[in-house]
Amino acid sequence: MKLTVWTYEGPPHVGAMRVATAMKGLHYVLHAPQGDTYADLLFTMIERRDHRPPVTYTTFEGRDLGEDTAGIFKVTCQEAYDRFKPQAMIVGASCTAELIQDDPGGLAETMQIPVPVIPLELPSYQRKENFGSDETFYQIVRALAAPMDRTPDVTVNILGPLALGFRHRDDIEEIKGLLYEMGIGVNVVAPFDAAPMDITNLGAAHANILMYPEHAESAARHLERTCGQPYTKTIPIGVAATHEFVSEVAQMCGVEPKKDLSRLRQPWWSKSVDSTYLTGKRVFLFGDATHVQAAARIARDEMGFEVVGIGCYNREFARPIRALARDFGVEALITDDYLDVEKAIEDAAPEMILGTQMERHIGKRLGIPCAVISAPVHVQDFPARYSPQMGWEGANVIFDTWIHPLVMGLEEHLLAMFREDFEFHDEAGPSHHGGHAPKPSDAGGPAPQTPRHISGTKMDEPRSDEGSAPTGADVMVWLADAEKELKKIPFFVRGKARRNTERFAADQGLQEISLDTLYEAKAHFAR
Amino acid sequence: MNTPTPVPSGTCRDAPILKERGQREVFCGLTGIIWLHRKMQDAFFLVVGSRTCAHLLQSAAGVMIFAEPRFGTAILEETDLAGMADAHEELDREVARLLSRRPDIKQLFLVGSCPSEVIKLDLARAAERLTQVHAPHVRVLNYSGSGIETTFTQGEDACLASMVPVLPATDQRELLLVGALPDVVEDQAVSLLTQMGIGPIRVLPAPRTAETPGIGPNTVFACLQPFLGDTAAALTRRGARMIQAPFPFGEEGTTLWLRAIADEFGVDEDTFERVTAAPRARARKAIANASEALRGKSIFFMPDSQLEIPLARFLTRECGMEAIEIGQPYIHKGLVGPDLDLIPAGPTISEGQDVDKQLDRVRAARPDLTVCGLGLANPLEAEGLTTKWAIELVFTPVHFYEQAGDLAGLFSRPVRRRALLKLEAAE
Repeated sequence: MKLTVWTYEGPPHVGAMRVATAMKGLHYVLHAPQGDTYADLLFTMIERRDHRPPVTYTTFEGRDLGEDTAGIFKVTCQEAYDRFKPQAMIVGASCTAELIQDDPGGLAETMQIPVPVIPLELPSYQRKENFGSDETFYQIVRALAAPMDRTPDVTVNILGPLALGFRHRDDIEEIKGLLYEMGIGVNVVAPFDAAPMDITNLGAAHANILMYPEHAESAARHLERTCGQPYTKTIPIGVAATHEFVSEVAQMCGVEPKKDLSRLRQPWWSKSVDSTYLTGKRVFLFGDATHVQAAARIARDEMGFEVVGIGCYNREFARPIRALARDFGVEALITDDYLDVEKAIEDAAPEMILGTQMERHIGKRLGIPCAVISAPVHVQDFPARYSPQMGWEGANVIFDTWIHPLVMGLEEHLLAMFREDFEFHDEAGPSHHGGHAPKPSDAGGPAPQTPRHISGTKMDEPRSDEGSAPTGADVMVWLADAEKELKKIPFFVRGKARRNTERFAADQGLQEISLDTLYEAKAHFAR
Repeated sequence: MNTPTPVPSGTCRDAPILKERGQREVFCGLTGIIWLHRKMQDAFFLVVGSRTCAHLLQSAAGVMIFAEPRFGTAILEETDLAGMADAHEELDREVARLLSRRPDIKQLFLVGSCPSEVIKLDLARAAERLTQVHAPHVRVLNYSGSGIETTFTQGEDACLASMVPVLPATDQRELLLVGALPDVVEDQAVSLLTQMGIGPIRVLPAPRTAETPGIGPNTVFACLQPFLGDTAAALTRRGARMIQAPFPFGEEGTTLWLRAIADEFGVDEDTFERVTAAPRARARKAIANASEALRGKSIFFMPDSQLEIPLARFLTRECGMEAIEIGQPYIHKGLVGPDLDLIPAGPTISEGQDVDKQLDRVRAARPDLTVCGLGLANPLEAEGLTTKWAIELVFTPVHFYEQAGDLAGLFSRPVRRRALLKLEAAE
C-alpha cells in the first residue's frame, strides 16, 4: 500500500485506451465497474476529441458480483460488435475486473465474433499507463502484422504517436517532412489514425521510425525480429538530435541525408545577443524519459543553460536517465512521487523548471517559471496552432516555449535597476505575462501555500514568508541591513541568494548574516 | 400565493419509469471528495483503492486541483491482495504516518472503492480500530464511494450517512440543514430562515468537527440536495423528522422549500412575505433576463448528478423549456416526489442508463439542449447538438433566490453561444 496524492501515470487500461482512441476501426471492450468511464473525458475534454473513445464498458454493479459478471461481459462484447462493426477488437479488464477473474480474453474466444479479438493482460496492481500503451500496441501488432513483400520504393513506418500524447499530432507532420526531403515514403503511421487493416501492412516498410519508445518500443522490437525491419534509436528533438536522426535514417534506408534547413531559425535565435541573458540559467528537468533526455541536451548545448536536476517518472527508463544524469554531473531523480519531485526542486532552487503539468504547479507555488516538455498533459498542451517538438520547426517551437516564462534580456536589468518603482518593480513579473505574473514568495523561502498535506504541519494558514523558512532562518539570524539588501535582489534569484548566503555563513561557522556576509557570499559563488 | 399552480392532467409522479440497464456513463461516488474535502476543513479523505481511483480524483473535475488536497489514495499493490491481515497492517501504518504529519486533521474518512470492496477489505472494522488508536484527537469513519455501490453525488450521501450514527444526542428543538453547499449559499439560507425567527439552525456537514450538530426526537431536518436518501433515512432512525418540499432551485423551488420549513415552525404569512418578497422579486427578474434564450426550447437530461428532476421542474416551469427526457441514475420518490408533482406528464422519465440506446434517442429527438457528462459533451456538440455539462451544476452556487438567475444562465449560455458564433464561411 502506498499513499499517493497526484499521479504522473494512470492505470494501464488508460494506456490501452490511448492506443484504441488514436486508431480507427478498432473497438475496446473493457470489463470495468461504473465510474471507470471517467477516462472518456480525458480524451473528449483535455484533447478536445469530437468523438467518444471507441470503448464500451461493462459497468457492472455490486448486485452483479454474486451473479453472472462473465455473462454481462459477453453480452456487452456482442452488442459492441453489432453496433460498431469494428475491423478488430481488443478486450481486457480494469483493476476491479482483474480481481473477479472473469478472463475477458477467454470469454471472447468462445464467442463467434467474425473479426480478430485481441486479449490484453494488463496487471493493474503492478504496472502503469505507459506499460499499458506499449503492451497494447505490441499485442495488436503481434496479432495482425506479418512478414510480407517490401514496397518497391523505400518506405518506413512511423510508430508511437497516440491519443493524449504531448504534441504527437504535430510531431508526425515534422517527421513526414524530414522523410520527404530524403525521398522516403511513409508506409503506415500507427497507432495514430491507423486502422487494423493498416497494421496488417506494417511488414511492407523497409524500416521503422520509433518516435516514442514509451509507447512503441516493444512493437518496434517485435517487427525487427519478425519482419527484419531495423528501427531508429535517435529521437529528433533539438537541432543536433534532428541532424543525427536524418543521418541515421539515411544510413538505414540507403539514401542521401538531404535536409531543408530554410525554416530552421533556432540556432541564430540562440546566438543573437538578446539571448545572452539565457547563459547559465539553472534549469531543473523532469518528465517522461524520452523528452527529458532530449531536453537535457538542448538545454545545455543549444540554449546555454546549466542543468541542475534531471529526473523521470517512468521507472522502465531509469537506467538511461541515470547515465544521462552522471554525464551532466547531477543525481538522477527516478520517482513517481510528486512530493519527492517538489522537494528536489525546492532544494535545487532552479531559475526555471522544464517539466510536466505537475511541475508547472510546483513552479507556480515556488514562484519559479516553468515550461512544459512532456506528458502528463492538460488542455492547454493541445494548442490549435501547429506546435511540434520534433524536427526543425520543433526546435524553433522549443526555443520560443522555453524563453516565454522568463523575464527577457534587458527587462531583467531594468527590473533590478528600478526595483523601487511602484509600477515597474520586480514583483510585477515579466511584462509580457499581463495579469498572470507569477506571485513569488517575498523571501524566496518555502512556497507560500505548500500543499504537502503529509509533510507540512500548518496546512490551513498560509505561511507568512518572513521568519518561516524552516531550516536556514531558524538557526541563522539575518541582520536588518542584510535582510533589506536581500529584498533588493530581483525575486527570481532571491531564493538562490538567500540559500547560498546561508550555506556560506554556515560553512564559515557564522550565526548572523550581515551585509558583508551577503556580499562575501555573492563573491564566493560568482561564476 | 405560495401554493403551487395546480397541474391539470396528471404529473410525472405517476408517469411510468423507463428503467434501463447497460453501460452507464457516470462518475463513481469517489468524485464527491472533490467538494467535500473543501467543505470539511479538518477532515481528510483517504481512499483505499487503486491507481484508477487516484487518477479519477485528479481528472474528474476536468482540472487538476493542486491547492492543498486533503485527500489521497492508499494504492493497493500486488502484496496487499495476497493476504488480508497484511492489508490491515499496511493501512494502519499509512494512517499513522498521515496523522502524525497532519496534526490538524480531526476527522478521517476511510473511503472504500471498487477494489477494496471486491477483496472485502473491512473498512468498518479498520475505522473502529483506528478510532481507538487515535482517540480522542481523531475520529475515523468509513463509507463506500465505490462505483459498484454508488454513482457520482451518491458519494456525498454515503459520507454524510456515515456521520449520522456518531452525532451527539440532543433533545433541543433544532432545524438541521443537510447537504454540502458553497458557504455563500448556505449563509443565504440561514439568513432567510433566521429572519423568519427560525432557529437554532445547524448544518450537516459542519465545516469543523467542533461544530458538529446534535440529533434527537425534536430535530427536524430539510435536505438541500436531492441525492441524500441514505442520510435522510439514517437521521430518521435517530428520531429526527424530515420536512418534505421541492428543492430550492429557482424562485418557486426556493419559496416552496422555505414555506415548508416556515409552516413547520409556525411562521405567519406576513413575516414570510416580509422576508421573502424582495429576494423573490429579484429572483424573478433575474430569471426572466437569463431565461430569454431558453423559452420554447427543448431539453434532454442524461442521468448524471441526481439534480435532473428538480432542475427539469425549474427549467420547464420558470424558464419556459420543454423537457423531452429526464434521466436520473436512480429515482428516490421520497426525495424528489414533490418536484415530480409539479412537472406535468409528458416527458419520458428514465432511471439507470444504456448509454448507446439513450444517445440514439437524443439523436432522434434533436433537443435544443442536452445535459450530459463531460465524456459526452464534445462528441454531441460535434454532431451539432448544444450541450450543458452536468458537473458544473454541482460545483457552482445555484441554490436559493440570489443564484436563480445564475442557474438559468448556466443553461442559456451554451444556447446563446451557439447563436453568437459565426464560424462558417460567408455565403
